[in-house]
Amino acid sequence: MHIPSPAVSVDSPEHAPASKSSSEAPAALKDSGAVGLGMFPLGVAFGVLVVHSGLSWWWAPVISGLVYAGSLEFLLVGMIVALAPLAQIALSAFLINFRHVFYALSFPLHRVKSPAGKTYAVFGMTDEAYALTSGVAARSWSGRRILWLQAFLQTYWVSGATAGALLGAVIPPQVVGLDFALTALFAVLTADAVRARRELPTPVLALICALVARFAFPSQMLLVAFALFTTALLARYALTERAARA
Amino acid sequence: MPDTPHVFAAVAVCVAITFGLRALPFAVLTPLRTSAVVHYLNARMPVGVMLILTVYTLRDLSPAAPRQLVAPAIALAVTLGLHHWRHHAVLSIFGGTAVHVALASTLTSH
Repeated sequence: MHIPSPAVSVDSPEHAPASKSSSEAPAALKDSGAVGLGMFPLGVAFGVLVVHSGLSWWWAPVISGLVYAGSLEFLLVGMIVALAPLAQIALSAFLINFRHVFYALSFPLHRVKSPAGKTYAVFGMTDEAYALTSGVAARSWSGRRILWLQAFLQTYWVSGATAGALLGAVIPPQVVGLDFALTALFAVLTADAVRARRELPTPVLALICALVARFAFPSQMLLVAFALFTTALLARYALTERAARA
Repeated sequence: MPDTPHVFAAVAVCVAITFGLRALPFAVLTPLRTSAVVHYLNARMPVGVMLILTVYTLRDLSPAAPRQLVAPAIALAVTLGLHHWRHHAVLSIFGGTAVHVALASTLTSH
């Protein structure tokens, strides 16, 4: 996803304009528009994938609404169909979504006052919600406006997935290869990440780990690849630390 | 096809872990801010994780069956080419997927 890199959020003391709560929803709708244009069609692709994988259509709204973490959902459908063990699903969920840990450093949760609101804000802290709410433009947004924004984002995603699942049932079985949407999604995310870091050793290391896992341990590929990659990064960290101290 | 309880269990595991990862750091923020190794991993994990996932989605392809490789290889090139050109994720993903569906649907029907 093309996510504008969030500006450093030095959260200045809150002087949120005391706007009436009735104007918060339309403002949030406007804030969410551009990102929604991207989330809805990806949701459609997810819904189509759900029914084409052989799952009932209603799993699309259930998974997209409850798991609510785009790339994990695509992968989850594949793992469910492949009867992957729960431990592998859990590990994948952990590794794919580990990045969310860092969003807490600058997500403006303190502006949301009610406990229920805080819970929903954390639940809905997706890449898109984080990117929109931690930027400079969002500094004056009230907690209510943030919650509205998150609700709109979730609506785009879940309604896209539901529409895709219902639409997918009428796509003839001769049409194959829609699952490539997931490959394309990850390839695009990889390209964006490479562009952001401008550093080649890490992706090369990851590619080697992925290929070794694919050919040496095909049945446990994901687990082995992630383990190898994390170990390699930790080793590299230890080496650079030692070099820095020497 | 997995039975419904298994799918529910899989979904529940993902819900719990995803929510936990989003919620936990708000409780234990301070140590994370200062951990050098965590920052090191955070800077480098995303690109590697995404690349490994890309390869994972293509795991059923085998060099022993080169004909299988045609559609995904062309579609991947189209996806990355579009992305390099316009830098618009939705366009890249849909363009690449459309090419793949067109190729895979016609190639496999013969």
